[in-house]
Amino acid sequence: MIQKRIVVTGMGVIAPNANGLENFKNALYEGKSGLRLQDKLKELAFGCQVAGVPEGIDDLKKSYFKDEELVAMNSAMTYACIAAVDAWRDAGLTVPKWDEDVLHEDSGAIIGTGIGGIDTLNDKVIPMTNSGQVRRLGSAMVEQVMASSVSAKMSGLFALGNQVTTNSCACSTGTEAIIMGAQRIRDGMANRMLVGGAEGSGYCAWAGFDAMRVLNRNSNDNPGGASRPMSATAKGFIPGSGAGVLVIEDLETAKARGARIYAEILGYNINSGGMRRGGSMTSPSGYSVQRCIRSALLHAGVKADQIDYINGHLTATGADPQEIASWQAALEVADGKFPSINSTKSMIGHSLGAAGAIECAATLVQMHHGFVHGSINCEDIHEKIKHIEKSVVKKSINKEINIAAKASFGFGDVNSCIIFRKWREK
Amino acid sequence: MDQAVFKDVVKIITPYAKNADMLAKATVETNIHKDLQVNSTRFVDIVLEFEDKFGLTISDEEADKIQTIGDCVSLVSKLK
Repeated sequence: MIQKRIVVTGMGVIAPNANGLENFKNALYEGKSGLRLQDKLKELAFGCQVAGVPEGIDDLKKSYFKDEELVAMNSAMTYACIAAVDAWRDAGLTVPKWDEDVLHEDSGAIIGTGIGGIDTLNDKVIPMTNSGQVRRLGSAMVEQVMASSVSAKMSGLFALGNQVTTNSCACSTGTEAIIMGAQRIRDGMANRMLVGGAEGSGYCAWAGFDAMRVLNRNSNDNPGGASRPMSATAKGFIPGSGAGVLVIEDLETAKARGARIYAEILGYNINSGGMRRGGSMTSPSGYSVQRCIRSALLHAGVKADQIDYINGHLTATGADPQEIASWQAALEVADGKFPSINSTKSMIGHSLGAAGAIECAATLVQMHHGFVHGSINCEDIHEKIKHIEKSVVKKSINKEINIAAKASFGFGDVNSCIIFRKWREK
Repeated sequence: MDQAVFKDVVKIITPYAKNADMLAKATVETNIHKDLQVNSTRFVDIVLEFEDKFGLTISDEEADKIQTIGDCVSLVSKLK
């Protein structure tokens, strides 16, 4: 089996607190929250009326896509495709013209989503079908509601000739997509993959979580303080939306074209807890979270004490202390040796299937620019996290990150973990 | 030919036309599929917009016969 080294050469982000990589870097450093009170959620009497929705997209999308393309692009597809174009260009690649006879047979895309085109279903398909207006649905419904909607358009956008598909495993989706793309390259099946995740801004996707009472209902009057990972006053997560896309390549391909390299994907792991040993449909098994982290470290050939920084899953639910305990058990480090840790969700909320991908981009942006962003809203650290409080970065600090770990966990008791190393020419 | 209908037809087709050059010099002879490169699937949406704009119903059989902008104008003028 051929096993290649995988590197990250491009990134694109659409997030509630910033659009574009440079703006995202600045927003993270400044601790800028993108969470807002949403009129629609208020009108519909949601318990939690705060959410993260990327801003300025209606204008931005017109500078990326023609009217003809936008006819069939819902919010998840729009976020995914803008982030992908940004990532492709950031990698130094040229977006081909639609009528150009080019086919990148060595390049593909794995872009995941949790709930995908639910806004299209809610706004058009369901009401029009149920009112007998099927004929008037038009031509653009299927391509916006099929699970692969977030990846399918990229086939044509970039003239991809390799695998183009969508994965879905709830909140682990974005991180899993990156790992699946890396596996494909490492196995010699592709040289370059667009990987990541996207989630639309459909309030119906958030309704079920609100009904489960896992969203924070106590901060409607304070949107910027509503997402409180690791806080003693965390009362649930804040739903978010957006997209994160990376361009990953095998090292030889990247070097041959003189690409700027952000980082190497040293190792990774994906597993499931089997809803045993403490795991359930809605809660991860600590045992298998630890197994996932340990396996990723082993795969990367990295010792726990080499980890400089952790970008946690840390959603601001009661699971945060358990997650910290799992990291500490997996790394087997003393309280004072726990790596720096933060939660990007403190500023952008939980964008479900996009979360892991946006947070991997956040991890790499921090690594590239030498800082760890502040995890806002955790001044009142949770009692069960106090023992590692010195490692919780509350305000942004300049810090060299050589090796970083990112993990995501999802409904279905599924887990994923990636180990990145900053790229240095030797 | 009804110039007002012609203008409305071109306006409705505009977001779906991939060939902007041909659209800019569109005439009644301009072929919607070959010249303007409108995706055949999207033509369904154009027909729905004709129905909404002009307050009429276009059958599938009538829609299938449309090739040019002139065909659209004639059909709309006939059904109006």
